[in-house]
Amino acid sequence: MPRDLDTVPAGVARRSFLGYVVAGTTLVAAADLGLGRPAPAAAVPGVPQPAEVYDLNDMLTEAAMPTANLITVTVHEDGTASFALPRMEVGQGITTSTAMLIAEELELPLEKVRVTLADARPELLFNQLTGGSNTTISTYTPIRVAAAVAKAALLEAAAIQLGDTVEVLRAKAGVISAPGGARLTYGELARAAARRTPRAVEVRLKDPSAFRVVGTGRPRVDARDAVTGRKKYATDLKVKGALPTMVCRAPTLNGTPKRLRNKKRILAMPGVRNVAVVDTGVAVRARTFGQCIDAIRAMKVDWEDGPVAGLSDADIVKELRAAELPLPALSDSIGDLLGDNPLAQTVEVDTLFYFRSNSAMDTNSAVADVRRDRATIWAGLKSPITAQERIAQELGMSVDAVKVHVVQAGGSFGRRLFFDGALEAAKISQAMGKPVKLMWHRADDARVGRGHPMSTSKVRAVHAGGQVLAFQQTHTSVETDFRHGLGEIVTATAASLPTGLGNLGFSETVFELTQEVPYDFGVISQTLTETDDRFNTGSMRNIYSPDVRTAGELTVDRLAEAMGQDPYEFRRANLRNDRVIAVLDAVAKAGDWGRRMPRGTAQGIAIHKEYKGCSACLVEIDNRPRQTGRDIRDGVGGPRVTKVVFAIDVGLVVNPRGLEAQMQGGINDGIALALTSSMHLRDGHFLEASWDNYFYTRQWNTPPEVEVIVMPSDSGQPGGAGEAGVAATFAAVACAYARATGTTPAYFPVNHRDRLEFKPKPYVPPVPPSPTNGLKLTY
Amino acid sequence: MPRQTFVLNGKTVTLNVHDDVRVLWVLRDLLGVTGPKYGCGINVCKACTSHVNGRAFNPCSVRVGDLKKTDEVTTIEGLADTVDGDLHPMQQAWLDRDVAQCGYCQPGQIMAAVALVRKVRREHRSITDADLDGIRNICRCGTYTRIREAIEQGARRM
Repeated sequence: MPRDLDTVPAGVARRSFLGYVVAGTTLVAAADLGLGRPAPAAAVPGVPQPAEVYDLNDMLTEAAMPTANLITVTVHEDGTASFALPRMEVGQGITTSTAMLIAEELELPLEKVRVTLADARPELLFNQLTGGSNTTISTYTPIRVAAAVAKAALLEAAAIQLGDTVEVLRAKAGVISAPGGARLTYGELARAAARRTPRAVEVRLKDPSAFRVVGTGRPRVDARDAVTGRKKYATDLKVKGALPTMVCRAPTLNGTPKRLRNKKRILAMPGVRNVAVVDTGVAVRARTFGQCIDAIRAMKVDWEDGPVAGLSDADIVKELRAAELPLPALSDSIGDLLGDNPLAQTVEVDTLFYFRSNSAMDTNSAVADVRRDRATIWAGLKSPITAQERIAQELGMSVDAVKVHVVQAGGSFGRRLFFDGALEAAKISQAMGKPVKLMWHRADDARVGRGHPMSTSKVRAVHAGGQVLAFQQTHTSVETDFRHGLGEIVTATAASLPTGLGNLGFSETVFELTQEVPYDFGVISQTLTETDDRFNTGSMRNIYSPDVRTAGELTVDRLAEAMGQDPYEFRRANLRNDRVIAVLDAVAKAGDWGRRMPRGTAQGIAIHKEYKGCSACLVEIDNRPRQTGRDIRDGVGGPRVTKVVFAIDVGLVVNPRGLEAQMQGGINDGIALALTSSMHLRDGHFLEASWDNYFYTRQWNTPPEVEVIVMPSDSGQPGGAGEAGVAATFAAVACAYARATGTTPAYFPVNHRDRLEFKPKPYVPPVPPSPTNGLKLTY
Repeated sequence: MPRQTFVLNGKTVTLNVHDDVRVLWVLRDLLGVTGPKYGCGINVCKACTSHVNGRAFNPCSVRVGDLKKTDEVTTIEGLADTVDGDLHPMQQAWLDRDVAQCGYCQPGQIMAAVALVRKVRREHRSITDADLDGIRNICRCGTYTRIREAIEQGARRM
């Protein structure tokens, strides 16, 4: 969907917007998002790829527009303002950045702004999906407009009470003062500013040059709760009667229960109250989770094998190889050129990426209280409307009989786009006729939870006379599940159409709208093929980009080498976007690119462009035996990334401190993907069952030196941050590893085919017992 | 059902529960003390790290029956009460460095950090990079860089 690059859409260039004062007993202000569409990507020379002109974020933002006028900021009589954000906080810091936007426009101290998470609101249609690092991009303007409308209403109310005109009044720090010194607080005005009937108000937004909150580093608004243990996640909630509940699952992936043979014995166990067979396994509800674990371990269950019973990694690799499309033939003109040029050479890179788990610390969990005619759900949900509608379907209830509360979650990394825990909890609660607090055991979360699909990425680049003439990439993947749709049931159903074709439409769209090769490499093509819907997958942090960009950047290094050029200089010479060149230069300078390093160590450098921003990463890796030979109990050492310099340009930055934090997190994800983290499929199940098997980056892997450079920007539009740290880091570590070892890795993570560093835990029973020796291990 | 007694965050608690129920579930499910988090149940993720008699331990791997009446269990909720002031210096360092992202593992990280500082003090030395590398608490948000900075700051003020 290319868009005319010369046309600036209505509402972008101006700061004047229409909002509403909504009827209420205290001041409620609403925004009209229809005027707030962000500018399209800047024009670029050459033939642009679709993502350069119209990307995934444009689609998500535009999909959110028609209903955004329902987003409201409320001012209370205690002088605080509140806002129920129709997005999901999973650690990315959006409650903080949203509070900052409101504090800025409303002229209220940050600590007086309360941001909560909105319950599922089906009337929001496409406007309650958290994904694609889109939150700030799509909500930046409407939230500010709502806050500005509130401020305007407060000023008007103050003008009436003080007998002055609005123009001479000044709003600051929650107080409106008149030239004569008279003052009224927002709290005192909250009722007076309220209206019985809605009214449209035109407001002017602050010029970014006047920002005093936005753009300054602020600590998270929930930090104090987090460090005192007060922050509540789904399993911390106290819901009457909702006892601990867990599920005994099949020994093979996605196997199903036939029957529980010893139900009587299980029901007689200490603490056990209820048992129910549901489609995903055998659920048990008990006084404590420990007693649920004991019950699961004692269950004798007959199972139906899952759909990949008997299969292993190699079988899936074979399947992907068979599904790979041949690289497209080069066009005639390039073909002729090559035909005439005996010096034309080809560089080919073929990379395999194994399954990875997105396993958040907070496992799939939910509280469900299902009664005969209604249901209430509490869970961490990034697509709560789809969850509500699917749960209603499953329970045989109307949508308005199902109330869904969105709770903050302990991480997501894409996992909570789905609502596996909430749906399962609802079914169990219905089957038992009791409220339940469902928690997945870590072993289940690791083995049966969603993750990143296995994929292959093949790149062929042709160069001659010091120029790259063609760059072709074919990406082939086990299906990425997008059946959550765009956050509501219509697109979720479309994505769920039989034969996988509906989902494929989503995959292709997301791929097309996110992938981009920002180099002047002549004829560029990137294609996606997806196959096999039998695995539990989803949009793991940064979706396709980490794999696609890693294969791409490894190819760029090979091209540089083939032409006898330095990897940094080569990138610099071929990049076609000034912002990307600027981040590349920033890391090369700060990271002292090209410094002499001992044998067995190396630097790597890579770039990435997505989410209306761009990033570059420089890493140093130590692959010498004293690092790789480290003996770590229940963990892996391997090569160590000793230093990372990361530069990020997201355009307008709301909270640089939060942005830095997101990049630090993405850096550790990138390192994990390159070096240590993967799932091994053996004989129909994944081997990894906990953190002593699945080697996400740990303190002994994390770089001792990390520098994040937040690029200054004069852009008026923010970009996405939550996922932006992963791809460039993964690619840079891969390039550094290739340079340290002299070999381009054929697969990632590089340790996947090493001897297993752990003894796989049993599949029957499916969860391990808790140890009892903790008092001997104190320190 | 056996009667269990121990000291929790400075107060003696007594309740009826079987000996072999792990302390994590006694705290979370029966006493409503939810600061210690579940992340694995097998003492590898360390999200439940708390203190027993001033030293770090993981309540997921201790039977409640193995606690003595006089054993003092401190969770993140009781950490600040062990010092003067509203917050323990390690909690303050965590705020100053804005460490938390999703926050789920952070109570355990802080309790582990405090125990680590106490341990190196007992050994009459200060924290090294090797000590920081040796911390086993997982953070899936990858807040490791700021954790390392915060521990060094917290240690200076402890």
